Amino acid sequence: MTGSDMAGAGQGGRLELLDVELRLRGRRLLGPLSLTVGAGEVTTVMGPSGCGKSSLLAYLCGTLEGVFETAGRARLDGRALDSLPPERRRVGILFQDDLLFPHLSVADNLAFGLPADLRDRAARAARIEAALAEADLEGFGSRDPATLSGGQRARVALLRTLLSEPQALLLDEPFGKLDVALRDRFRRFVFEHARARALPTLLVTHDPFDAEAAGGDILHLAADGAALSAPPETDGRLLRPGLAEGR
Amino acid sequence: MAQALQPLDDAPGGSAGRSIELLQGAPALTLLLFLGPVAAGLLGTWLPAVGHFPALGLSGPSLAPWQALIADPALPGALKLTLTSGLLGTLGAILLVIAFVAAFHGSLWLARLRRLMLPLLAVPHAAAAIGFAFLLAPSGWLIRLISPWASGWTRPPDVALIQDPAGLALAAALVVKETPFLLLVTLAALEQSNAGERLAVARSLGYRPVAAWLKTVLPAIYGQIRLPLYAVLAFSLSVVDMALVLAPGTPPTLAVLVLQWFNDPDLSMRLVAAAGASLQLGIVVLAILLWRLLEILVGLLGRRWIAGGRRGDLLEPATRALAGTVMAASMLLAAGALVGMALWSLAGRWRFPDALPSLWTQANWLREADGLLASGGVTLLLGLASTVIALVLVLACLENECRRGLQPLNRSLWLLYAPLLVPQVAFLFGVQVLAVKLRIDGGWIALIWTHLLFVLPYVFLAMAYPYRALDKRYERAALCLGASPNRVFFRVKLPMLMRPIMIAAAIGFAVSVAQYLPTLFAGSGRFVTLTTEAVSLSAGADRRIVACYAFAQALLPLLCFALALAVPAWLYRDRRSLRGAT
Repeated sequence: MTGSDMAGAGQGGRLELLDVELRLRGRRLLGPLSLTVGAGEVTTVMGPSGCGKSSLLAYLCGTLEGVFETAGRARLDGRALDSLPPERRRVGILFQDDLLFPHLSVADNLAFGLPADLRDRAARAARIEAALAEADLEGFGSRDPATLSGGQRARVALLRTLLSEPQALLLDEPFGKLDVALRDRFRRFVFEHARARALPTLLVTHDPFDAEAAGGDILHLAADGAALSAPPETDGRLLRPGLAEGR
Repeated sequence: MAQALQPLDDAPGGSAGRSIELLQGAPALTLLLFLGPVAAGLLGTWLPAVGHFPALGLSGPSLAPWQALIADPALPGALKLTLTSGLLGTLGAILLVIAFVAAFHGSLWLARLRRLMLPLLAVPHAAAAIGFAFLLAPSGWLIRLISPWASGWTRPPDVALIQDPAGLALAAALVVKETPFLLLVTLAALEQSNAGERLAVARSLGYRPVAAWLKTVLPAIYGQIRLPLYAVLAFSLSVVDMALVLAPGTPPTLAVLVLQWFNDPDLSMRLVAAAGASLQLGIVVLAILLWRLLEILVGLLGRRWIAGGRRGDLLEPATRALAGTVMAASMLLAAGALVGMALWSLAGRWRFPDALPSLWTQANWLREADGLLASGGVTLLLGLASTVIALVLVLACLENECRRGLQPLNRSLWLLYAPLLVPQVAFLFGVQVLAVKLRIDGGWIALIWTHLLFVLPYVFLAMAYPYRALDKRYERAALCLGASPNRVFFRVKLPMLMRPIMIAAAIGFAVSVAQYLPTLFAGSGRFVTLTTEAVSLSAGADRRIVACYAFAQALLPLLCFALALAVPAWLYRDRRSLRGAT
């Protein structure tokens, strides 16, 4: 595994989606969708609620519920994802809620993310301390997550995901619940870390500012889950090619 | 979910694939373990009831057992007693619960009462009945408290306050004992309904709170109370231990009569007993059908009442006063029964009209120490074993359901309730026959297995809602961090569900401690628990000795509940979001 250098480069590969289609009880929910996110790039998927954005991320994680039918393929760094269980995919995800485990301390939450094959206790503790320092949370290891502020919890959640050494990062509106001042800082924090690790990052959101801050390609989904070539209310500023290919 | 079926080659010990297969077998194993004996038990009771009993060299079919049953002079009285006490007890308990919740929805009183319910639920039926008898008997604590200054009695009055011919004492005790269960079930149903909004709408239309609750909330939640209510009805009509203590002996209730026949030294009486046990089942089925008819009738009348548009101005004060008073009296009786038992167990000398013992002593406890420790040990082992097995099976079933993305079916709830709806006396004899066939009769396996039949449904009912309500995204987050499903189960789900798990375990333990008839039948009389000892002593032993056993019987599950609340509270003392109230 990688060493203790948190800012170590080049963990990610390329995230590719080929004709991905999600159906729910015979009705098309999303797709067919093809896109490629290169290492260190951020692609934003935008669309109204209910268009299947979150289901797309669940599909990539492997946590999509059994009632969905899927078609198409997803590959990460050349590996086919579809046949892998979630815990083997090395796809990290951040949700709107931090979902820190309430029974574990901050440090234990981080340790939960750290791969078990790093066995040495001291090395594990050092990685966790380094992660905390990176988030300006030195000395917070023994704290109850419930006693942290929303922004602090969000940073711990990101670090927990990064410590699990993912090869791609999925963001399921993780900025939505933070207040505006915090949102901007946390956004930059997330994108900086994703770029530093060269992770292909897929962001779903309905907030155009998220998309703008991400700075990458933007894919618009219609309410029926089809990919649009242009945003529904074009204001010129956000007009970009629909599919994240030729750049 | 497809990924739950994937073999996980390099999980710890390489056993993940096998454990998933095991998990998939969990529902089938559970159903077999607890429905098999019920079905076999019913069959094993019905066959002798129609004269087929190879052990005695009899092969049916024959109507002789039924003819003997119908000809028995005790039967008509027993039937009347059974129906009065069972129906009155159930009706009283559910009316009290509905009236009280309607009158005090959202009030502090209801919240306070709720905290009292778990400990009251934990008190075993036998202990409650014995405490009730100590309280209400002509020489009981209540009469002592009002004598002689108010009543003028210097000797116990010569009236049948308990074991009264009509079975009213048993009915009253059933009301007190079943109220906590029905109240908790009702409150749980309320939490899963949008009662607050319904009430707000009705109130804004000018309905007084009680009328608003009865007209808009009750119809919405009754469906969820129905099965537990039927279980209470079935239980009340066939209870043995409470009837032995509180109902008259000549004639006793049908269930007690059947037990006497099963224990008759004349083995041919077993056939009559089997017929009586089958009749007991028939009576419960009939009573449930009758109750269903009553529901339909009340539903029709209720719709007319709702359409009438009355706002309930008169109903309001009457319900509040009546429900409040009866609930308070019921809780006082329950508390008095517990305290009274403690007093009796510590009494050296307690002459009749004295309100308290004149001499206190621990001699009763010391004299009975050996017996208490021995029967307490059996009770504890039995309770722990059946609870742990039930918990493992229930968690495996729920985790399997979760991993395979199965939707819980309403119909499966009926299966779960089967051992609670079928009267114990109607199938335990057949279970005993089965145990003899399997050569496990009178041993620990048969005993634990029989307890499991009754522990399992309660543990499942207590665990299912919290398990299914756990935010699924925690599981997904943990999986995406690279944790295997097994690791997620043990490191994320179980710790987060510690509190409901502990409470479910405490409920299961209390259910096991309370079992009288199953211990008697499956143990072939070879195992003495606090429950069997307390009930058999209550037939005539020194009240102070009975008090020791009954109090110990009540104390054991109470301690278990205290532990179930204290352990997660202590473990999670520094975890704010897991410290919340139950």
